[in-house]
Amino acid sequence: MSWPGTFKMAECGASGSGSSGDSLDKSITLPPDEIFRNLENAKRFAIDIGGSLTKLAYYSTVQHKVAKVRSFDYSGKDTEQDHEPPYEISVQEEVTARLHFVKFENTYIEACLDFIKDHLVNTETKVIQATGGGAYKFKDLIEEKLQLKVDKEDVMTCLIKGCNFVLKNIPHEAFVYQKDSDPEFRFQTNHPNIFPYLLVNIGSGVSIVKVETEDRFEWIGGSSIGGGTFWGLGALLTKTKKFDELLQLASRGQHTNVDMLVQDIYGGAHETLGLSGNLIASSFGKSATADQEFSKEDMAKSLLHMISNDIGQLACLYARLHCLDRVYFGGFFIRGHPVTMRTITYSINFFSKGEVQALFLRHEGYLGAIGAFLKGAEQDNPNQYSWGENYAGSSGLMSSSPELCPTQRARSGTFDLLEMDRLERPLVNLPLLLDPSSYVPDTVDLTDDALARKYWLTCFEEALDGVVKRAVASQPGSVDAAERAEKFRQKYWNKLQTLRHQPFAYGTLTVRSLLDTREHCLNEFNFPDPYSKVKQKDNGVALKCFQRVVSALDALDWEERQLALVKGLLAGNVFDWGAKAVSDVLESDPQFGFEEAKKKLQERPWLVDSYSKWLQRLKGPPHKCALIFADNSGVDVILGVFPFVRELLSRGTEVILACNSGPALNDVTYSESLIVAERIAAMDPVIHSALREERLLLVQTGSSSPCLDLSRLDKGLAVLVRERGADLVVIEGMGRAVHTNYHAALCCESLKLAVIKNSWLAERLGGQLFSVIFKYEVPAE
Amino acid sequence: MLKLGGGGQDWACSVAGTGLGGEEASFEVARLGQRGKAGSGGPGWGCAGIPNSAPGAGMLQAGAGGPALEGQGVEEVGTPEGGGEERPARHPPAPALRLLNRKPQGGSGEIKTPENDLQRGRLSRGPRAAPPASGMGDHGGQPERSAPHAPGTPAGVGAAAVNGLLHNGFHPSRLCSRGPLGGGDAAPPRLPLQPELQPQPPPPQHDSPAKKCRLRRRMDSGRKNRPPFPWFGMDIGGTLVKLVYFEPKDITAEEEQEEVENLKSIRKYLTSNTAYGKTGIRDVHLELKNLTMCGRKGNLHFIRFPSCAMHKFIQMGSEKNFSSLHTTLCATGGGAFKFEEDFRTIADLQLHKLDELDCLIQGLLYVDSIGFNGKPECYYFENPTNPELCQKKPYCLDNPYPMLLVNMGSGVSILAVYSKDNYKRVTGTSLGGGTFLGLCCLLTGCETFEEALEMAAKGDSTNVDKLVKDIYGGDYERFGLQGSAVASSFGNMMSKEKRDSISKEDLARATLVTITNNIGSIARMCALNENIDRVVFVGNFLRINMVSMKLLAYAMDFWSKGQLKALFLEHEGYFGAVGALLELFKMPDDQ
Repeated sequence: MSWPGTFKMAECGASGSGSSGDSLDKSITLPPDEIFRNLENAKRFAIDIGGSLTKLAYYSTVQHKVAKVRSFDYSGKDTEQDHEPPYEISVQEEVTARLHFVKFENTYIEACLDFIKDHLVNTETKVIQATGGGAYKFKDLIEEKLQLKVDKEDVMTCLIKGCNFVLKNIPHEAFVYQKDSDPEFRFQTNHPNIFPYLLVNIGSGVSIVKVETEDRFEWIGGSSIGGGTFWGLGALLTKTKKFDELLQLASRGQHTNVDMLVQDIYGGAHETLGLSGNLIASSFGKSATADQEFSKEDMAKSLLHMISNDIGQLACLYARLHCLDRVYFGGFFIRGHPVTMRTITYSINFFSKGEVQALFLRHEGYLGAIGAFLKGAEQDNPNQYSWGENYAGSSGLMSSSPELCPTQRARSGTFDLLEMDRLERPLVNLPLLLDPSSYVPDTVDLTDDALARKYWLTCFEEALDGVVKRAVASQPGSVDAAERAEKFRQKYWNKLQTLRHQPFAYGTLTVRSLLDTREHCLNEFNFPDPYSKVKQKDNGVALKCFQRVVSALDALDWEERQLALVKGLLAGNVFDWGAKAVSDVLESDPQFGFEEAKKKLQERPWLVDSYSKWLQRLKGPPHKCALIFADNSGVDVILGVFPFVRELLSRGTEVILACNSGPALNDVTYSESLIVAERIAAMDPVIHSALREERLLLVQTGSSSPCLDLSRLDKGLAVLVRERGADLVVIEGMGRAVHTNYHAALCCESLKLAVIKNSWLAERLGGQLFSVIFKYEVPAE
Repeated sequence: MLKLGGGGQDWACSVAGTGLGGEEASFEVARLGQRGKAGSGGPGWGCAGIPNSAPGAGMLQAGAGGPALEGQGVEEVGTPEGGGEERPARHPPAPALRLLNRKPQGGSGEIKTPENDLQRGRLSRGPRAAPPASGMGDHGGQPERSAPHAPGTPAGVGAAAVNGLLHNGFHPSRLCSRGPLGGGDAAPPRLPLQPELQPQPPPPQHDSPAKKCRLRRRMDSGRKNRPPFPWFGMDIGGTLVKLVYFEPKDITAEEEQEEVENLKSIRKYLTSNTAYGKTGIRDVHLELKNLTMCGRKGNLHFIRFPSCAMHKFIQMGSEKNFSSLHTTLCATGGGAFKFEEDFRTIADLQLHKLDELDCLIQGLLYVDSIGFNGKPECYYFENPTNPELCQKKPYCLDNPYPMLLVNMGSGVSILAVYSKDNYKRVTGTSLGGGTFLGLCCLLTGCETFEEALEMAAKGDSTNVDKLVKDIYGGDYERFGLQGSAVASSFGNMMSKEKRDSISKEDLARATLVTITNNIGSIARMCALNENIDRVVFVGNFLRINMVSMKLLAYAMDFWSKGQLKALFLEHEGYFGAVGALLELFKMPDDQ
């Protein structure tokens, strides 16, 4: 099975690259729908040519089919038609911006340039930004092939721009390397403020750069002992020519045969003196002899230690001098090589005594290309937007450790891809997070928890058939729906297999990332909203029940009503097509309704039950403003959330109702919520006046995920939350309140509620299927 | 080249060392004129001054003698190592008993055939180019006890110096197979030694002779609160052993008369030679004259030999009954710990182990305070960034604090010193003198520090290193880097063409520049972090190494824009040993 996102080039065969020629470089076939995608709309190019790899960046637009919902125009007819859907759905084309990054070996540069020229339709492009040591060498070739003027950009400026960009836009971009743990990568949540930091770029030499702001950075030092020293000296000592081969030699060697250790000098006494005998006292200290042969492996290992230790020591000295504790390492010496990450990490830990952390970047290889691109695109203000890694189009991080993954070594000749989507709206932290720098959205780290990982991967595999079926069914008029759905299946299946072997490929593996990857893959094959029809129908049915439900609630006395409202929220939450246990029921029993769902619920006391505390709180003064994150369409939002909102409004609490910007499963989207609210307002004066008086505000989250990352929310939402002084956050649903945010600490009151619709998870939490989580939390004073 | 002595010296020593028969043997050898032979068999300090270089030298000999080397010389002389040692007469009773069991081991392995011996002898005299091989006598060369510690490291007869003095000295059989290259150009004066080489009469067998000796010695040094002669301070490093010896010059006639033969022979031997065995060297130019130490006037001598000769040295100490003179030897460096047990069990010598950093600082402060025979000990380079105007100038270190002290031996230690006894070790690096020599040996096939430096002096590192201008075509202005700065050490060696086009000299130079600049860079960062503007560089990496000193002076000045000053000291690598000697004077009387 090939790694998703990487494509092996045919060793030989028909030239797919257009122009004739007999050089071997040209005899490759590039699948246009997989590599260099969207070239026809490519608008801006940048290229980073390193010693062995070329990274090409381009900006392009992607046409997507998007399901739009629109209210019927009721002006002509005021009679409710029971069989009519509440709104209409139309599929429209939408253009979104995407950044494409492709990494390939320099050998293929000519073939790739030919390919690009042949597929480049947009003729407005006149310039290509170029950086990297090889930019000069290939300048003429690029200008000739692409008919673009090469604009050379400063290497370090590009590197830092790229670094800032990935740190801001890609969650789990940075990781620490932990040897002997499985997996070896431990991803870091993005710090809200990425500055200041130290970037140590280990190319042929070492540059140490202090980055203080987006535009301000300073070269504070460097060292001539770097990757070139390892390579050059290694080649002299071992007669091994290739960098990778040297690393392989090193990974098999014993440096103690070549290095003079403390114990060689102190004998056994080092123990009583509290010295570590294994410390290297003098690198190559034992090789000062002509009468002994040293193995290539041992010398390579000694050299690797010497250079890694030296770089680590200097990095620590500079970090200390500038009071920085975050040090990112990049450059070809590091580039995905576990061997070097291991030795650098060891060295940093040793010299800083744990005060400085060696951090590595998943997309380190792309920094220069990203930065060069950003330089050229400054007029488009790419930094004003938020961007998100597209899991469907990106290759993910490969372990290139020869020990860990022998097959990876055969990757040369393949392409590595990164795609990033421009998000419609800038994303920011929820202002109510207690400590944004320590906030971790996900409850379970599946990279860590092998058991959970196995379960969820299997779970997603098993659900795949259903998703495919649903996708096909959502586009009855489309001739190629089945074909596309099949492609989707293959793609997502491959992703799941990759993640089984390399759970670290896209950062920390979580239920959220599995769900998001599925959404990205569906979008990739133009299934923007497979549940649009289901949601439409569910919303229609639920709207019809709204008045009955509200009247019943109104008839209850205050205390009974509070419990009923909460149960309504919970029962609504049962309607989740994302949960297999539920979708099975819903598929087989179309009549399954609100009342049936209530019966499924666990009796009190619930699995997590702070209802009494909540009730007590309700007896007190009303909240100023509640921020509610809604979950599913239909019963959930209409019969669960809206009556609850209505009660809050009646108490004098303002409500911000936040729904997803884009579709995910049967979650209610912002545009659907607008229609639903409008329809409810037509029936209910409380909602009606609240909307009119802006005491009820509908906003979008900025997300298209069934889960919720409170550190990446729509800026408008954040502004509103601040303006209105929200003092209560209600998070509903398994995806938002259990898979994510279960442990999220907020600086205001919060209510997290969900019905566990997965027996495995229920068991893990100590409950059963349809156990109830009702978690009301008040921050410590 | 500092390689002195050559084969002749070794030879003399070895002969001397052969035990009771030494006298006759030495004459015999002398008559035969087979210096080389003797040399190889001899206890000589196996290496040519620098431990690292030893291997090379050893190789030569090894090639020549093959595994058989050891002991042959001895045999010829008629004193196989083992046999000689067993003679009861040689050993003072107490230690002898202990040693008896052991000696045979060493001896047995070492017996060789006369032919080999001859062969070896001849070869060892030959030009240094010879060598081959593999053979070297790894086995043969190793002293029995050293084997576990330092496989493959022939132990030179570290003790040679002492040996010589003590007549019985060492086992000729164990030679350090890496002898000084070629054997000797300069035949050291052998004859003067002869008289002293007389075997000592065995100490009386009855009670506690050692104690009596000690008492007498105490009287010898003239005052009760003074330690008995001889006065040594020792610093046993990873590569080199540094030994300082105080030679009293104010000995009265009466004192001289009372001076035991053992003691006298040490004094005469050490002071009348400049090389001991194959690899022991006295740095005559560093001698401090007319010094008053602990109330006595005299000269301080500076001697070094490779650490791989340590076992020989200990062995000799045992054979010469060194313990009868002096029960405690002040020693610092890692080897003080590593060899402590051997000193005790083999030579009945109790080491007084001292912290190496304490010793380094005390020794440095002391030597600086007394000056270098009327000249200043400390110096710096004026105009370090201008090659034409750069020159050595004296520096007054009267008020030395705070200073950053960078000690460059096999590895490097960096200390921040705030006062006489307030200092901390800031950091260290494993890229030190050992790395320079180790890499040079691998890259160029050279064998000694001297050789490596000589090559480096002729080479051009810019053929090997990738410079900023090789990448950017000129200066990298964005970062204010000059085009001539090294961007990547050995960076040009990534290319096969360039690998094929450079010389060994270029490689040696690049290695030296790389290691030196790296130390400079780390030292500079430490100075900044510790907020210290004087950086004192010491250690034997700087010995005869003007290239590195000037590079360091340049780097400190250039990168700090003149804020940092690099200082150097004439006695580079000996401060630890001096510090150890100073501790001797502080020891309680009854020790």
